[in-house]
Amino acid sequence: MWRKILRLFFGPMVDEWESWRPAKRWSVVLRQVLTQLFLLAVLLAVLFPVLWILSMALDPRDISKPQDLRLIPPGASLESFRRVLFDPYRLLCTNPSDDSTCMTFIHLFWNSLQVSMGTALFSVVTGASAAYAFSRFRFIGRQAGMLGFIILLMLPAVATMVPLFTLLNAIKIGREPLRTTLLGLAIAYASGALPFAIWNLKGYFDTISKDLEEAALIDGAGPLQAFVRVVIPLSAPALAITMLFSFMTGWSEFLMAWLFLENPQRFTLAMALQSMRGQFATPWSTFSAFSILMSIPIVVLFYILQRYIVSGLAVGGVKG
Amino acid sequence: MTAPAPPTRAKTTQQRRWQESLRAWVYIAPAGLIMLFITLLPQGYQIWMAFTDFRVQNLRFNILSPATWQDYAPPWIWFDNFVRIITSDMPIENYYFGRLLLFNVVWTISNVAFHVTLGVIIAMVLNGKYVLGRRFYRALYVIPWAMPPLIAAVTWHNMYDYRFGAVNLLLAQFNQVLGTSLPTDIRWMLEGTPPIGGLLQFLPLAYYCTLVANIWLGWPFMSVVATGALQAIPSEMYEAAEVDGASPWQRFWKITLPLIRPAMVPAIMLGSIWTFNQFNVIYFISQGGPLGRTEILVTQAYKLVLNHRLYGMAAAFSIVVFLILLVFTLVNNRVTQATEAYDVA
Repeated sequence: MWRKILRLFFGPMVDEWESWRPAKRWSVVLRQVLTQLFLLAVLLAVLFPVLWILSMALDPRDISKPQDLRLIPPGASLESFRRVLFDPYRLLCTNPSDDSTCMTFIHLFWNSLQVSMGTALFSVVTGASAAYAFSRFRFIGRQAGMLGFIILLMLPAVATMVPLFTLLNAIKIGREPLRTTLLGLAIAYASGALPFAIWNLKGYFDTISKDLEEAALIDGAGPLQAFVRVVIPLSAPALAITMLFSFMTGWSEFLMAWLFLENPQRFTLAMALQSMRGQFATPWSTFSAFSILMSIPIVVLFYILQRYIVSGLAVGGVKG
Repeated sequence: MTAPAPPTRAKTTQQRRWQESLRAWVYIAPAGLIMLFITLLPQGYQIWMAFTDFRVQNLRFNILSPATWQDYAPPWIWFDNFVRIITSDMPIENYYFGRLLLFNVVWTISNVAFHVTLGVIIAMVLNGKYVLGRRFYRALYVIPWAMPPLIAAVTWHNMYDYRFGAVNLLLAQFNQVLGTSLPTDIRWMLEGTPPIGGLLQFLPLAYYCTLVANIWLGWPFMSVVATGALQAIPSEMYEAAEVDGASPWQRFWKITLPLIRPAMVPAIMLGSIWTFNQFNVIYFISQGGPLGRTEILVTQAYKLVLNHRLYGMAAAFSIVVFLILLVFTLVNNRVTQATEAYDVA
């Protein structure tokens, strides 16, 4: 009974402990203490900026900045969170004199969600298909194609912005250019996320044994069926991680969005955050509360998918 | 007597090869089309723009409607943009191409070196046999990576504020508790005199600050990759080495390092590309200052678009950035032999 509880905390060490001589016990304990000190120091460094932003969000003195270092500032309140969640954004209105035409957090959130989901779906669906071809088929132009994707990985997003602007401007959907729509933005982000998606998925597909597909083919499945029914389910970790990364791109990108979108009704969370940054007077409490609320979905997704991260990142699972 | 068998067999393999190629390209088509329209076509357009003096008034130019060609087509100026970029003859302040390039390379190498070293060390410590709270630490250590980079960068910028920032407040706290007298009013981003003289004179204090912030941001990725690779090493190898009397140091160099290398090399490639183009950290934390000395190529390109509206020149600049990155990656590739990792599987 006791041993069970101890094992829960200390793992396999419990069973070995009794067989150790005192000298060995001491060295294990000493080593554990040093390790813990090191890990705690790292933890402190990791958490410091997070705690700082949290304490600013709790500070009621919006513009004036803190004078000392405290986790819970005097007069701490959740007021700024309430303000961010429920008040209209006066900076982002179609008609500045009418509050009801201004954006709200929910509205911005919905726009961000649409763009990010669009980006994730576009890049994973098309990326998986292309990655499968690179992984399984020996075809004319394979090497060149692979090299091409790696080179595209190197193109900075900033580099494609101007030509993309003029290009998407020229394509009209109904009466407005594709550039000013969320769909246009999602496609633009997807093209940026695709090289990584293809690279990562190809690496993962390479690690899946071909025997299962061959068995499926013998059983009378077509190549497409073998791909959809056998390879895709086996690649859940890599697909999840690729989706997560593409989603993150869409969630926090604002440069392109800022350049492309015109109608405040379509603005995203990242753009609203950027619009809050004044040259001299950023409302820090509001800004911090907004940042925290905006980070939550990503952090939650990260934790849900955490067990996949190590295995789904094919950079690790390389085959010679 | 002729042998008819080989030619026909060759023909069928040839046919099968074409068939397989066709099928492969069908699979690639959706992604390929998106890339063609969203990445390659704009790149082609960009190459054309780079040879013109494309400015705000030319934005009305629409390649699809010939009616705009007459009035809005930008003038063709050959290599003028490129020459002016490389000879530092641009209408922006504090711009020297050589220094910009040097800084960008130093920035990338120093960052990635720290990311990899820290990432591997921490992954190894957490991978130790009896470490308590492993899952707890692993869960919290990915926070810098999970946080949207824009928010992380702005938070760090705020922390370096010279009057109200957390870093100066932390120094003040130190003074109070330990009785030291560290300066508490350092202007982290504006300080002109470099902290380290001599060869490193071109790196202002702001560089070290952005470096710290970007190390904070970048090490978890390397650590996760290293963890994956470490977990794949069978523990019997270490036990065997221990029996043979190998010291921990020898075990690290002879077992750990060679076995995590295949995973780390592509990660280093990827990390180098990301860091080379690390827009958020520079743009938000140091804003390129003081006097443009921490500017990197992408932030400079963005400023050309946003502040100066010199689209033609920005296009030329982007091509220069791309070419430099290509050379950088090829050299990097040569040094680390990354191709063997992602080449034919």
